[in-house]
Amino acid sequence: MTHTDEHPLPFWRKYVFSTDHKVIGIQYAVTGLSFLLFGFGLMMLMRWQLAYPGQPLPFIGHLFHEKAMVMGIMLPEFYNQLGAMHGTIMVFLGVVPLAVGGFGNYLVPLQIGAPDMAFPKLNMMSYWVYFLGGVTMFASFFLPEGAAQSGWTSYSPLANIATTGQTVWLVGMIFLITSSLLGSVNFIVTIVQLRADGLSFFRFPFFVWAQFVTSFLLLLAFPPLEAAGVLQLMDRLAHTSFFMPSGLVVAGKVLEVSGGGNPLLWQHLFWFLAHPEVYVLILPAMGIVTEILACNTRKPIYGYKAMVYSVIFIGFMSFIVWAHHMFLTSMGTKMSAFFQITTMIISIPSVVILTALALSLWGGSIRFNTPTLFAIAFLPMFGIGGLTGLPLGLVASDIHLHDTYYVIGHFHYVVAPGTIFALFAGIYHWFPKVTGRKMSEFLGKLHFWPSLIFTNGVFMPMFLLGLAGVSRRLYDPIQYAHAQPTQPLNVFISICAWCLGLSQIPFILNFFGSLLWGKKVDKNPWEATTLEWAAPSPPPHGNFEHLPEVYRGPYEYSVPGQRHDFWPQHMKEEN
Amino acid sequence: MEHASHEEIKRHVKIYIAVFVALAALTVITVAVSYLHLPLGQAVLVALAIASLKASLVALFFMHLISEKQIIFSVLSLAFIFFVVLLALPVVSS
Amino acid sequence: MCKHSKQASCFNMIRYISKPHPITGVTNAKLGTWCFLASEVMLFGGLFSAYVLLRTGAPAWPRGAEILNVPLATFNTLVLITSSVTMVMSWASLAMKEFANYRRYMGLTILLGLAFLVVKGFEYGHKFQHHHFPSTDTFYAVYFTLTGLHGLHVVGGVLLNTYFLFPGSALWKTEPEQFAGRIECAGLYWHFVDLVWIFLFPVLYLL
Repeated sequence: MTHTDEHPLPFWRKYVFSTDHKVIGIQYAVTGLSFLLFGFGLMMLMRWQLAYPGQPLPFIGHLFHEKAMVMGIMLPEFYNQLGAMHGTIMVFLGVVPLAVGGFGNYLVPLQIGAPDMAFPKLNMMSYWVYFLGGVTMFASFFLPEGAAQSGWTSYSPLANIATTGQTVWLVGMIFLITSSLLGSVNFIVTIVQLRADGLSFFRFPFFVWAQFVTSFLLLLAFPPLEAAGVLQLMDRLAHTSFFMPSGLVVAGKVLEVSGGGNPLLWQHLFWFLAHPEVYVLILPAMGIVTEILACNTRKPIYGYKAMVYSVIFIGFMSFIVWAHHMFLTSMGTKMSAFFQITTMIISIPSVVILTALALSLWGGSIRFNTPTLFAIAFLPMFGIGGLTGLPLGLVASDIHLHDTYYVIGHFHYVVAPGTIFALFAGIYHWFPKVTGRKMSEFLGKLHFWPSLIFTNGVFMPMFLLGLAGVSRRLYDPIQYAHAQPTQPLNVFISICAWCLGLSQIPFILNFFGSLLWGKKVDKNPWEATTLEWAAPSPPPHGNFEHLPEVYRGPYEYSVPGQRHDFWPQHMKEEN
Repeated sequence: MEHASHEEIKRHVKIYIAVFVALAALTVITVAVSYLHLPLGQAVLVALAIASLKASLVALFFMHLISEKQIIFSVLSLAFIFFVVLLALPVVSS
Repeated sequence: MCKHSKQASCFNMIRYISKPHPITGVTNAKLGTWCFLASEVMLFGGLFSAYVLLRTGAPAWPRGAEILNVPLATFNTLVLITSSVTMVMSWASLAMKEFANYRRYMGLTILLGLAFLVVKGFEYGHKFQHHHFPSTDTFYAVYFTLTGLHGLHVVGGVLLNTYFLFPGSALWKTEPEQFAGRIECAGLYWHFVDLVWIFLFPVLYLL
């Protein structure tokens, strides 16, 4: 029995400028997925140059503007644009909008038994400001001298003297940061205030905890980057010298600026955000994996309380580790030691969470469907990512590994077969709730296995490259003698990357095909316990026929003595 | 505050006026101290102390923090801790 | 329009818009506003951090009074403090159901805010006339950027308050409690802007 509004909304207000968190969540997810695909495409272009440096790109090389490729041969400036924008787009336009804006927006109100977010209009605005930011970033490719090309990290003084693309990047970032701030306020207020009666904090699904902590990271860590962005804009447009040191010489000429600035100031302000940002990338993914494993092992999560305390601790610690990205900036041994210590400490709660999830599999009645495959694969993949971070967090080894391909291998393991696998798992798991139809298991497995194999093929060799001393952000991989023997690895990585791209085709076909022809399902096809499965598939405006009341924790599976192996949170009597 | 009576509000108004007078006085004091040309370290401490006192008056009374709920303090404490981290650590790392 | 029922047949079921949450004791808007202010603390924190790093790293740094107009800025500080009083008085008027007084005090707050901006305009104009720009040196860069960003926040507050004085005040007739809550939140923002200036003024002008 669903409610019909007194005045049915016109198409624009129902589907475009909607204030319904589910529509907004889908908007975020679709836009985020599109940017993920685009960012992936940028990387596939880069991999051509890295595998076959100076060779013309076949078939499509001639389509590019002469400022990007001359007769199909990539120019260094374009390679740098691809690098900077790949990072920017994947992190800020792809993963976070999908993980937080998409999954978070759609699921959090449902999982806490609320009719919507606390501020629906603010929610709508946060999406459209994100969209504006995305358009801005995308449009920067079409500037006369192209997009930003100083890395996603935009270090001064290089970024200060870079082309107009950098200014547009800064403007785009201000849009994105604004969107993020509006969203984080919404999440915090919604979770605290609008949770159902009986839903105490320690009855939250872990996904809600993860989004809650993530929102605090976004709320408090982004503003210093916004400040830094304003300062870099001032440097570029008003010719201030916040980041420009005195006496800087560019191309043989002394720069005519007032000087007295500090490039390290940019790094401090940037990494103050960018370190918590990586936890923004991983926490929702851990939340998704937790939900899927609990449901598909038919067991409560092992160590739920420890996981909650760990995620809170991670959130707090993430604010005081940032300068491990700056070990090579001569901070002195005391401060380097401080950041090394906090970095080592923060690995502990991460291991607690990973261990709890792995132990949750023990003795479970595991359904090896596609979501579960991706969720289980997350565990060792994130494990590799985390472990390879340790030599980077220790100053002595970081001196050799900093700014090499080792770093690229490390963080991609965490984000690609880590977070993105978790996001795929989430799509397969919640697609029935959002659309009322299931995705194909066959195509799902056809997506999973090649993706797992090729993603390891792409990133595992990078550790070898890094240990051999090959620097990151190199346009010409065979420029340096020490890198030349490793070139076969580059060819291997590139082929795996292109195969990884092809492996996504089953997913795309599955996604759109299932929308049309997927098997129809009702409220709770996975027989799960959390509140989103108490609503119809898809839920109507307002989500629930009656706002639920909660009687127990989120993972009451296989309760002894009961007929069914799951006991939903909102059901008063035995299931 | 939402259901305070007329008399309670009138009492608060008296407090607002008192706070205003205090703020004005402290402003004059902080400017006067600056004419003493104290050495930089002391000048910074005095100026920040007076500013913190003024800020506390605004926060506690104009922003009603003195009667505000726990949850607000939790959010603010977090922000304050990281504010201090952001101000202190970069300069200590130089 | 039932706001607090658990029935889905009610269109607007988002709770704690006007009445506070039984456990947290606050409304959604109040918690949201304080969260937003927490983020603003970090924004100005980033700017102050820049100032600290640049000043401590500089071989020489002028005293604020040598370059900037202290008496004018003192006057401006008092203007902003007064506007904080009028702002809280406008909220108190609503709490006492005196709508006419609310309009007077809100109008005064807006005027005082504009006065602050006008004085700032004079300060900037004077500097530009003497060819002192943000690009002149790091002191000016810090001065213009920090006061400029603060000024933008004042503009935002003035716009917000103007909205609540004119079109937004219609809500008083239908939802007086919600409207009073909104004015309290607008007040929180305005007081915060005052608070930032309370630190900016001595740091830039007196040290």
